[in-house]
Amino acid sequence: MSGNFAYLDEDSKRLVRRALLKAVSVPGYQVPFSGKEMPMPYGWGTGGIQVTASVIGPSDTLKVIDQGSGDTTNAVSIQKFFKKTAGVRITDRASEATIIQTRHRVPETPLSEGQIMVYQVPIPEPLRFLEPREGECLQLHANAEYGILYVKLYEDITRHGEIASSYDYPAMVNGRHAMSPSPIPRFDNPKLHRSKALHLFGAGREKRVYAVPPHTSVLSLDFDDHPFKAAPNPRACELCGSTESFLDEVVTGDRGERIFACSDTDYCEGRRRLTGKTLRKEA
Amino acid sequence: MYVAVKGGAKAIDAAHRLLAKKRRGPKGIPGLSLSQIASQLALSVARVMAEGSLYAPRLAALAVKQAMGDLVEAAFLLRAARGAYPSFGRSLPLDTSEMRLSRRISATWKDLPGGQKLGPTFDYTHRLLEHSLADDGEGRIPAPGPAALSVPGAGFAPDSDTPARPDSPLGRAGKSQGMPRAASILLSEGILEQGEEGGGEPGDITRETQGFPMGRDMRLQTLGRADEGFLLSLAYSTQRGFGSTHPFVNELRIGKAEVSFVPAELGFPVVVGEIELTECETVNQFMGGPGGPMFTRGYGLVFGNNERKALAMALVERALRAEELGEPLKGPAQDQEFVLAHGDNVEASGFVGHLKLPHYVDFQSELGLLRDIRKNRSNTKREGEEERLSFRPLEGAGGTGPPAGKTRGGPSPAERDGGDLP
Repeated sequence: MSGNFAYLDEDSKRLVRRALLKAVSVPGYQVPFSGKEMPMPYGWGTGGIQVTASVIGPSDTLKVIDQGSGDTTNAVSIQKFFKKTAGVRITDRASEATIIQTRHRVPETPLSEGQIMVYQVPIPEPLRFLEPREGECLQLHANAEYGILYVKLYEDITRHGEIASSYDYPAMVNGRHAMSPSPIPRFDNPKLHRSKALHLFGAGREKRVYAVPPHTSVLSLDFDDHPFKAAPNPRACELCGSTESFLDEVVTGDRGERIFACSDTDYCEGRRRLTGKTLRKEA
Repeated sequence: MYVAVKGGAKAIDAAHRLLAKKRRGPKGIPGLSLSQIASQLALSVARVMAEGSLYAPRLAALAVKQAMGDLVEAAFLLRAARGAYPSFGRSLPLDTSEMRLSRRISATWKDLPGGQKLGPTFDYTHRLLEHSLADDGEGRIPAPGPAALSVPGAGFAPDSDTPARPDSPLGRAGKSQGMPRAASILLSEGILEQGEEGGGEPGDITRETQGFPMGRDMRLQTLGRADEGFLLSLAYSTQRGFGSTHPFVNELRIGKAEVSFVPAELGFPVVVGEIELTECETVNQFMGGPGGPMFTRGYGLVFGNNERKALAMALVERALRAEELGEPLKGPAQDQEFVLAHGDNVEASGFVGHLKLPHYVDFQSELGLLRDIRKNRSNTKREGEEERLSFRPLEGAGGTGPPAGKTRGGPSPAERDGGDLP
C-alpha cells in the first residue's frame, strides 16, 4: 500500500478536487475526471473512496455507511482502509462525523452545516437506461431535454397506476440538471432538498463526479396530478418505535416470520439510548 | 437491523484467513516459486501483464500466485499496483521492426524479406494430453529429426535459436535482425493504405477521460489492455458476418523490443530494458481512395507472448474503423462505444461482481413498491374494473390498434390480470 495520506498521491487528489470544484459550481452536472485504479474492485465504492480521499484531512471524523449500517462488510472494509491510510477518527454517529461516505442511504439524523456526504455511485447518468449512448445523453443534458424521463414516469403510471421507481429516483437539481441521487431509496430523496450539508457523488468506473452544494433545490421528478411520494413506511420500527425512518424487513424464522426495524442503525440506537428501552430483544 | 449485518468486521477477518489457507493448499505440497510461474506459466504471466497494463513479469507472477491462478483477478492486482506508481515520463516509440524475433509468420506471402520463422507455437501440435508431463514432471523435448527441419521452399527457419534466413529469395540487406515489416512490400507498391501520420503526442487513457468517438491512439490503448476473451469473441463475430472485414494475416511477430527513454538531465536516449511483444498486422478488404482502390489494415500489439489476443485485436481494431471507411454498420464489433466501454475486465468484473454486495435497501424499496402496486390493482378491480374499461373505448375508436379480441399472441389483458390475483 502506498505511503501517501489517504492512499492517493497529491497530484491525483488535485485532479479530483478540480473536478469537484467544477461540480459544486454547476450543481447536478456530471464532471469527467481521470479516475485511478484503487485497491478494491470497481463497484465497491472506488468513486466515493477517491472523493473522500481527496477531501479528507487529518482532523476529520469519518463515518462509512453501507445499507444504513456501519457494520456491513464493505463499510467495515472502507473504514479500515481510511484508518490505515489516513489514520482518521472513525465514528458510527452521523452527528459526530465531518465526512459521511455512504452507499444506498442518507442518514435519518438531519445533516448540519459543514458536513460532507460522499455517495458511491454505480451509474451516474440518469438517462442511461433510456439512452445508452454517452454522446446522446450529453446532448440531452445540454439542451435540458428531459422528455424521455417524463415519458418513462408517464408509462409507469399508465401501466402500474403509479411511478415504478423505488430507488435511484431521478431529481432535478437547481432547476437545471436531471441527476441520479445514486441508488438511495426514494424515501431519502427529500433529504437532499435544500440540505445544509455538501453532497458529493463519485462514480469510479464511469469516471464522473457531481455535487449538490448546501441549500440547493433538489426536486424529485413528478407530475402536477401525480406528485412525488416518498413512500413512507406505514409501520413503526419494532426496536425503537420510530414511524419516520426507512425500515428493513428481517426474516426471523423458517416460516417466513419477519420483523421491521430501522435500516439506519445509528439512528435506531440513538433513539433507544434516549428512551432507555428496546421494544424488542435483539437477536 | 442486526442478525444479518452485525459482525461484518469479524467475518471479513475470518474470510481473509480462510482465503490465505485455501491459497496455500495442503502443506505437504511444495509452494510455487515466482520463477516457476514466470518461466513455466509464461503465457499466464503475459496475459496478466497485458490486461493489468504493466510490464512486470515478476510482479505478474506474484499476482498469479496470490490470485490462485485466477488471471482476471491477477490482472486486477497488477492494475491496482500500477495505480500506485508515479509516472515519470514516456518512453520513445518502440521500433518493432527491430525486435529480436522468436517467431514471425505471414499468411499472405510464401516467402518474404527476413523469411518466416515458426518459433515455439501450439499451432501444429496435436492436442493430445502428454502424460509424460505428469509422470516425470518434465516432459520430453523432441529430438531434432528430419520432420523438425525446415520445409523446403517455404522459407521457414529450422530452429528458433538461429536467425531467419537473410538469404531468402526476397531478402535484402537488412539491419542486424533484417526483419522489415511485411506491410512494406505492399506499401512500396502503393496498394496498401499508409498508416496515419501520428501528429503530436498520443493521448493516455490512464490520465485522460475518454469520450466518444475516441481517436485511434486511445482506441488502440484501450484494446491493448482489454479482456482477451471479449476481443476474441468480437473478432469471431466479425468473421461470421457481424461486420466482416475480410482479413489476411499479413504478419504476426513475437519478440523482444528495446525500450528507450530520454532522461531530462541527460537529453539523449538511454535503453532501459527490453520487453516482449506480440504484434499483428492484417491486410483487409480494399476500398476506393484518392489514389485508386487499396487494401486497408488492422493492427494489434500486446505485451508478452499472446498471439490470440494480438490477432483478435487487429480484427476488432479494423472493424472499429467501419464508420471512418464508410462501411455499413452491421455488428457490435463496429460500435466504438459498445466495444471500448465494455472490454476492460477490471471494470467489468468489478461491476458485475458488485451485485454480490448487500442490496437490502434497494431491494426493500422494490419489494414495498411491488406490494403496493399489486394491492392497488386488486382494489381497483374489485371496485368495478375501471382500469380495463378505461382502455377499451380507445382501441375501438382510434381504429389504429389491433381489432378487439385479436391480439398477436401473449396472454390477453384478462389473463394477465387474472394471473396477478392471489
